[in-house]
Amino acid sequence: MSFYDEISKYNWSEVKDFIYSRKEPDVLNAINKNALSLEDFAALLSPAAEKFLEPMAKESHRITLQRFGKTIKIYIPMYVSNECVNSCVYCGFNVHNKFKRKTLTLDEVKLELDVIKKTGIKHILICSGEHPKKVSVDYLNEVVKLARKDFSSIIIEVQPLDENEYRILYNSGADSLALYQETYNKDTYKEVHLGGKKTDYRYRLEAPERAAAAGLRTIGIGALMGLDDFRVEEFFVGLHARYLMRKFWKTHITVSFPRIRDAEGHFKPTYLINDKNLVQSMLSLRLFLHDVGLVISTREPAELRDKLIYLGVTQMSAGSKTNPGGYAAGEEEGKQFEVEDTRSAEEFIESVRKKGFDPVLKDWDSSFINAV
Amino acid sequence: MFKNELIIDGRKFKSRLMIGTGKFQSNEVMKQAIEASGAEIVTVALRRVDIENPEDDLLRHIDMEKYLLLPNTSGARDATEAVRLARLARAAGCEPWVKLEVTPDPYYLLPDPIETFKAAEILVKEGFKVLPYINADPILCKRLEEIGTVTVMPLGAPIGTNKGLKTVENLKIIIEQSNIPVVVDAGIGAPSHAAYAIELGADAVLVNTAIATAGDPVKMATSFKLAVEAACVARDAGMPTEKQYADASSPLTGFLRD
Repeated sequence: MSFYDEISKYNWSEVKDFIYSRKEPDVLNAINKNALSLEDFAALLSPAAEKFLEPMAKESHRITLQRFGKTIKIYIPMYVSNECVNSCVYCGFNVHNKFKRKTLTLDEVKLELDVIKKTGIKHILICSGEHPKKVSVDYLNEVVKLARKDFSSIIIEVQPLDENEYRILYNSGADSLALYQETYNKDTYKEVHLGGKKTDYRYRLEAPERAAAAGLRTIGIGALMGLDDFRVEEFFVGLHARYLMRKFWKTHITVSFPRIRDAEGHFKPTYLINDKNLVQSMLSLRLFLHDVGLVISTREPAELRDKLIYLGVTQMSAGSKTNPGGYAAGEEEGKQFEVEDTRSAEEFIESVRKKGFDPVLKDWDSSFINAV
Repeated sequence: MFKNELIIDGRKFKSRLMIGTGKFQSNEVMKQAIEASGAEIVTVALRRVDIENPEDDLLRHIDMEKYLLLPNTSGARDATEAVRLARLARAAGCEPWVKLEVTPDPYYLLPDPIETFKAAEILVKEGFKVLPYINADPILCKRLEEIGTVTVMPLGAPIGTNKGLKTVENLKIIIEQSNIPVVVDAGIGAPSHAAYAIELGADAVLVNTAIATAGDPVKMATSFKLAVEAACVARDAGMPTEKQYADASSPLTGFLRD
């Protein structure tokens, strides 16, 4: 049994009706509980909970402080390719978008790594479009081996792979996976993924389980906010996170809240997600699952990111470039999306310090993995 | 007579308070809190530091002359990983002391007794002074003592919960039976919890979250120092034992004569 079987037990519109039917007493009851049920979680995601964001924020801050302390784990992305075989209506890498496509050579990867390591950040996120030939497992394996020399934690955000492929990358030094389902609504998923291997909803949904089974230590999941009703999406994100935490009890789960940003193709999101919606999603997740990592990327503007630090976030990216060659070659073209927080890594790290938090640049040691 | 002195494997420490270094808002605050605590043993997660680099920001804030740096293996999911980390620390020049943590569950960080035991066996044979973090299991404590660990470190409650000594009945047994120092680790959330552990007979306590996440970590570190010292003085004074029945000031059997 996989999460696909689990989610198949739920009906999207019934869940939506349930969330929207929650009343203030349901919300208050949920805020005051220690261990929240799925019904409580639904109440926190409901429109009725919008009046209670302040007490939710206080509780989220308290829990986060206790479980994670005054720390923010910092990571930095490195895009190795913007080539992609998929046709996802919201993504700048969509195969039909016309711009200069590029996959870094291993020499170019080395140059990129040299620039990134100067930031002092030891957690690197290796990103790419989904092009199984140009960005093959063999290629990724070489990139991971190169990165391992200078970085203690390697997160991969690439096309979903088979379990044995994840194991290859784990054995080379990758310890974490980030893979977003984009939308948990099967019908919406079909509407926004028009071509390519990514059209396979189930293969993507079950990828975190294959990665965890292969040994990867941290698994990041999330929904792309704006494709469908965020309240229902985040309910299923929470369900997914809880499922993974219970089934893979040695694996740490993180949740991201990426909002659709302007990109090549200029897709307009079906649902507009405002700051309040984003915050409600984060707070609900924290109150439901006290120990999940909550991730906010540079998709969000600096002023908002600075405020979110107090609300339960545990991991943030810094100094991001979202195109291959963005650091060393200063490439500007071929971005996956426009970064909103344009501060340099150093500026952001200093800003975290000034807020009374410890920007954790290293929280992992590659010697945990007996890499070849 | 109870001495306000902790001896681990022949090495003497004046303080019975050990400090963890996670969750602080900055290394500067951590440094001040360590100083205020009076602790002489400071545990550092190996995964957090670049152990081979003396300029590492966290290590720079710990005076190695003044404190025993106790590397810990937190993050290790099994014996193999823990052993590898410990060896890494020694190879980098650390003293062969290690706080052994094998916590496969990333949420409550509960220790795996089987993998911890396996790792302890290997490390003791390799000459490490092993201080294993474990559940409050009296039998496991004896097994670890038999293979040569220099302390046992049973938890009072899960890490970071601040719930105090929830394992008190087992802690009493462990303290009663142990021939090596017993350090109550994890769960201590208030100075009164630390004092209680020392009053019970624990040789030392290890505190992190309660200090690191306090409103004023430095003041809280001072408070823990005082609480542990107060409990030490109380033990030195001779703690009155708990009794099931009150001693009547006018004995009921006083009329009996030999």
